[in-house]
Amino acid sequence: MFKGRDIVTIIDLTKEELEVLFEETDSMLKYKGLNLRLLEGKIMAAAFFEPSTRTRFSFETAMLRLGGRVIGFSEPSRTSIAKGETLADTIRMLNAYSDLIVIRHSIEGAAKFAAEIADVPVINAGDGTRHHPTQAMIDLYTIKRNFESFDGLEVGVLGDLKYGRAATSFIYGMSKYPIKHLYLISPPQLKCRNEVIEYLKFTGTSFTEVEKLDDVISELDVLYVTRIQRERLPDPAEYEKIRGSYRVTLNHLKEARDNLIILHPLPRTDELPNEIDSTKHAKYFEQAGYGVPIRMALLKLILVGEEI
Amino acid sequence: MRRDERLLVSKIQDGTVIDHIPAGNALYVLKILGITGREGLRVAVVMNVESKKLGKKDIVKIEKLELKKDDVNKISLIAPTATINIIRNYKVVSKSKVSVPERIEGLFSCINPRCITNQPREPLKSKFRLVSLSPLKMQCEYCGYIMSHDEILRQLTGG
Repeated sequence: MFKGRDIVTIIDLTKEELEVLFEETDSMLKYKGLNLRLLEGKIMAAAFFEPSTRTRFSFETAMLRLGGRVIGFSEPSRTSIAKGETLADTIRMLNAYSDLIVIRHSIEGAAKFAAEIADVPVINAGDGTRHHPTQAMIDLYTIKRNFESFDGLEVGVLGDLKYGRAATSFIYGMSKYPIKHLYLISPPQLKCRNEVIEYLKFTGTSFTEVEKLDDVISELDVLYVTRIQRERLPDPAEYEKIRGSYRVTLNHLKEARDNLIILHPLPRTDELPNEIDSTKHAKYFEQAGYGVPIRMALLKLILVGEEI
Repeated sequence: MRRDERLLVSKIQDGTVIDHIPAGNALYVLKILGITGREGLRVAVVMNVESKKLGKKDIVKIEKLELKKDDVNKISLIAPTATINIIRNYKVVSKSKVSVPERIEGLFSCINPRCITNQPREPLKSKFRLVSLSPLKMQCEYCGYIMSHDEILRQLTGG
C-alpha cells in the first residue's frame, strides 16, 4: 500500500490509506521519545530548495528517531544548484545516494517531476503554492484525535486560500471525508483557486465561500487558521482595512461552539493572538506535536511497509 | 444548394480537406499547421459559408499534405467539430471526425510561469488532462492549473 511509493499530493491517498497511516502514527506516539532501529541503514535525502524549519527538522527528527540517517541541504546557494544545475540533475544525484528523497521547492509541480525522475520514493514537503501533503496528514490526524470521526463536522478554513499550500492541501484532505459543510473564509482577492473549487465540486463536497469569520464562527466544529501575507494583496494598504476579519479574537470565541477546535499549521503572525492559546479551543500546539510521529509513520510505511 | 451558389473551389487531386471548422477559425488551423502559403502547396481557404450542422463554417483544402497525429490533436483543440477528409486521386478515401484526446503531451505550454514545465533547461514536456469538453478545459498534470479554451488557443496560436 505504501511501500516504495511517492507522496506528491494528499489527493493521491485514499481514506483507507490515511487510516493505516493514522494507526501507525498511534504506535509511533508511544515511541517518539525512544530511538528505534526500524530504519537502520537507510538514508533520507532532504532537498530543501526553499527555507523551512519545522518541516525539515521534523522529517530529520523522524528519520533519526527510527535509526536512519540524513543527508541534504537547506541552502541551495551552497550547492551545485547555484552553478546552474537543473532540478533533474540534482534529483538524479540524490537518487543515487539515498533511499528516499524529501523535496521542498518554490516551483509548482517540482515534486511530481522529481518523483518521475527518481527511482527511490519522493515525498513532497511543499511545492510553491500547490501542495503540502504531510501537513495535511498532521491536520487530519489532529481532527481525528479530537473527534474520533469526521462525519457531520462543520469545518472553516480561514486566511489565504489562494496562495497557501497548507490551506489548499487541508481543503483537498477534507474532501475525502463525509463532513457536513466546508466554509472557505477569505478576502475576495485570496479565494481558493479555480482548480481547487472544481475539485470540491467533482467530489461533491458541500462548501460555501464567505468573506467574514463573524458570519460563520457559531457554525464551526473545526477552524483552520492560516496566515495572510500582506504582500499577496495587490494593495498592501488594503490589508489594514480587512485584517480584523481574519484575526481570531476572544470575542469570536464567545459565539463559538463548546467543542470548537482551532488549528494552525504555524508559523503564525497576528491572525491568532497569544490570548487564544490558553483557551480550550486551541489545539495548534497539540497539532504541531504530531509533526514528528506522522512523519515517522510515513517514513516507516514507505521504507519498510506495513508489516513489522 | 442551387448550382449557381456552389463555391468556385476546384477539387484537389491528393491531400487533405479539413471541413466543419467553426466559422472564423480557418486561419488559426493554417497557423498551427505551420502553413504560411510560401511552401508552394496549393491551399484553398473557404470562410463563413453556410453549414447545416454549424450554421456557418470554414473549410481548408491543402494539396499534397497528410496530417500527423499531433496535427490532428491540435486541430481538435481549435476546431472540435472538424472533419478530416483524406483525398487520393480526386476521391475521398477516408473521412474522420476529430476528437479531443484525454491526455495531451508537449503540444502547448502551461500558462502558469511558476510551473515546472516552464523552467528553462529542465528536461520535461508539458502534460495536460482533459477535464471538460464543453467548454473545453485542460488541467496541467504538474501544477494543476486549469487552462480555459481561450488560454489554450492563445498558447497554440501565439496570439
